[in-house]
Amino acid sequence: MQTSYEQIVHKIDSDELWDFPGGIYPPERKEISNLQPIATLPIPEKLYVTVKQHKGVEGNLIVEVGQQVLKGQALSKSANPFAVPIHAPTSGKISAIRKHVSPHPSGIPELSIEIETDGQDTWTELSPTLDYQNQPKIDLLTKICDAGISGMGGAGFPSHIKLSTSKKVEFLIINGVECEPYITSDDRLMREHAWQIRQGIDVLTHMVQPQQVFIAIEKNKPEAIEALQIACRENPLYQVVEIPTKYPSGGEKQLIQILTNREVPAQGLPIDVGVISHNVGTCFAVADAIFSGKPLIQRVTTVTGEAVSKPANYWTLIGTPIKHILNECGYQASSQKQARAIIGGPMMGFTVTDELVPIIKTSNCVLVPADSEMAELNEQACIRCGACADVCPAGLLPQQLFWHAKAKELDKAQEYNLFDCIECGACAYVCPSEIPLVHYYRVAKADIRNELDEKQQADKARERFEKRAARLKAEQAARDEKHRLAAEARKQAMESKGNNAKDKIAAALARAKAKKQGLAAADSNLDTKSEINSQKTPPIESNDEPTQKHEIVDAATEKPSASSNQRVQAAIARAKAKKAAVATKSNQTPEITTEQEKSSSGSLNIENQDENIVESKPIVHEATKVSDVPRTVVQQDTKKPEQESVSPSHEENSDNQISQNIAEQKQAKVAAAVAKAKAKREAQKKAKASEIQITKPLAKEKSLANEKTLAQVEQLAEDPNNQQESSSKQNIEHSAIEDPLVTKKRRIAVAVAKAKAKRQAEKTVENSAPKENKEDKS
Amino acid sequence: MSLSLAILTALLALGILAIIFGSILGFAAIKFKVESDPLVDQIDEILPQTQCGQCGYPGCKPYAEAIANGDEINKCPPGGEATIKKLADLMGVEAKSLDAAHGQEDVKKVAYIREDECIGCTKCIQACPVDAILGAAKQMHTVIKDECTGCDLCVEPCPVDCIDMVPVENNTASWRWKLDAIPIKQVN
Repeated sequence: MQTSYEQIVHKIDSDELWDFPGGIYPPERKEISNLQPIATLPIPEKLYVTVKQHKGVEGNLIVEVGQQVLKGQALSKSANPFAVPIHAPTSGKISAIRKHVSPHPSGIPELSIEIETDGQDTWTELSPTLDYQNQPKIDLLTKICDAGISGMGGAGFPSHIKLSTSKKVEFLIINGVECEPYITSDDRLMREHAWQIRQGIDVLTHMVQPQQVFIAIEKNKPEAIEALQIACRENPLYQVVEIPTKYPSGGEKQLIQILTNREVPAQGLPIDVGVISHNVGTCFAVADAIFSGKPLIQRVTTVTGEAVSKPANYWTLIGTPIKHILNECGYQASSQKQARAIIGGPMMGFTVTDELVPIIKTSNCVLVPADSEMAELNEQACIRCGACADVCPAGLLPQQLFWHAKAKELDKAQEYNLFDCIECGACAYVCPSEIPLVHYYRVAKADIRNELDEKQQADKARERFEKRAARLKAEQAARDEKHRLAAEARKQAMESKGNNAKDKIAAALARAKAKKQGLAAADSNLDTKSEINSQKTPPIESNDEPTQKHEIVDAATEKPSASSNQRVQAAIARAKAKKAAVATKSNQTPEITTEQEKSSSGSLNIENQDENIVESKPIVHEATKVSDVPRTVVQQDTKKPEQESVSPSHEENSDNQISQNIAEQKQAKVAAAVAKAKAKREAQKKAKASEIQITKPLAKEKSLANEKTLAQVEQLAEDPNNQQESSSKQNIEHSAIEDPLVTKKRRIAVAVAKAKAKRQAEKTVENSAPKENKEDKS
Repeated sequence: MSLSLAILTALLALGILAIIFGSILGFAAIKFKVESDPLVDQIDEILPQTQCGQCGYPGCKPYAEAIANGDEINKCPPGGEATIKKLADLMGVEAKSLDAAHGQEDVKKVAYIREDECIGCTKCIQACPVDAILGAAKQMHTVIKDECTGCDLCVEPCPVDCIDMVPVENNTASWRWKLDAIPIKQVN
């Protein structure tokens, strides 16, 4: 149960206080420095203003190297509420903006602004706010923030954040306890500037409207207590409270406990128990900022220890290097075995790593101890005496924390509330084994913080990784979908295009047919076959190639669609071809005899072939009957000799030489035909698509006679190309089957072909000369 | 008679109870069904999420799944001994030393692109498992330092070798205290 406001006020009024557990009573050693008034150090040649001097984030720099700055001019600025600006402590030139050794136990360099001072100490224009009571709170907050004020007690928490609370504030506690040994800066400030501190308290009181203001000062500073009592006696709200001397009663949480018996929750803030506390130095700075418009550019720093000849409190500019202070205060190197300075008190301070470490807003003390003041570190094993637990002001179990921190059992250390440790050093002070306990805790805390950071980063990385994976998956899906659509579109386009092509082919075919029919009609008027051939050939030739191509494409494209119709036609054609082949064979017999190319094997079949002649003739007739055109040639090139054999005898009389040449040509053509047939056989095995490609070159190889018959066949049949194709196919099949069995037969056939070719050549020569030329060309 | 009645009553009572509890269990099994293996998530929590693939799996989650299915726990160099220890605690197995075949434990690094050498090929961007590289085709790329897990995967694809892995600088926030105490001695 939280102590009520009335209880607290009543208890304080009756000069009674609560207490916090533990605590120690170390030698105070304050008299070294608290006897002299606050002096002012000469302006150093160079200042190193650390950009981040408080808890929070640093601001953005608004100055650049080489720029002249005036005293009090802002050097950084930020919209972030946790950013506090820094100001030029004196006038001068910015010589560099770079990393400089930081006032941190690690000494890790941090971004700093180096100012070469000009010694003029010229102020920038200041804008004081005299009627602060009539200003809205937000303006005052901005003013305090812009003055760069952050807590001057040690932690450096931005003051305007504390003041901007919207919660009800019961107590405003002004902390002037200053419990750590050696340090007297607040003591001297209160003694000398009590009135300005009261002005600052006025401003703070106006801003947070507390029910009660306690000004807490330790009993060992009677002068300060008196000064503030005088300064504050006019205001009944203000109450100066004497705090018993005990370390660490100046700790914020401990002081709140002493005054109100309320405990600030772990991870919580004083405002959670209705309290706001400010250091007296902060009050002084607030008064400066409001009433004279001066930003926080200097502070009182105690320079003490037996190694300096002039220990006292000094107004030091922010950014003053330790080296300058030591020089001005009479540092005696001989009193130290090893040069050593501590920033802060002996309990919570840290040894500086470099003599150029600057003073920042929270540096309340520079302790330069002589060797006689410092204990040798002689760490021994923990004897579990429990003395540390007795003095711990936070009520923790330091030996357990030490145990787990040393063993790196961080989770267990956290179970023992490691983070509630205020690092006051009381446990280490009483430890008989001289174990630097606080350092173990600091290491453990840093480890845990780093681990937490890593965990956060890991979570972020996981999230990003998963999001990326999801994104890649979505992109892949989108791409696949796009490809699918594109493929569909392409397919559709191809179909429509294919239709177009088909249409075009059909149209071309129709045109060709019409033309040929027209020609054929003209031809039919002529009586003699030879005349037909000779006259018809040239025009057909010219039309032939494109027509053929179309036909081939036609055949290929129509094949799948009109397969049943085609199959019937193919069957018919095959039958016809078979019969025709038989007929040819029968015709071959007389030819063989006329050519005088006798072969014993060839004559073996003569009788059989003779029998076939009778049958073949009517079949040929049937084939011719299909057409309307009288006296047409049958489609097969093998049959052509049949037509030409009508006048074989008188053709022999013609020129032998020419006939020889032409015969050779014919031979070549026959060979080509054989090759063609072979190729076709192969093509049959292949897919429909490849068939087109193969038939194309084949078509080109076709002889004139072939073309001629083809053209004629076109006139006869509905699907001439197909018929022709299938009939030749039939031939190939025929030969393929018989090849292994009757090789001799083939030899005869070759001989027959030769003879036929010869005869035809003779006939062609007889018919017309231009035809010969055409033949040569083809 | 009474005996058989008693047996019958007992059987009946037990049967009814069985039906009631069975239905409750059945309902609970549907209502509180665990979608994914909780062990995988726990392991994934421990893994450092560098997504570097040094374990031989394409990311930390797949390795977590593999561990849940019985793979070794010592294949994660970025996590190092600390991760192995935690995994050993979780899995109830003995902690082993890091498998050297998968790499050595190293200080945390982040990728750094030497920007004047970058040709803008976007290859590193595609390789980055956490989208920590910013840039576009034929534009200079740069690494978002805070997002970089130091997985090393962008170094290999770079055609001009302009990516360095630089150790993360210690700052005052991440600094670990040294154990050099400020001892104090009672003066009289």
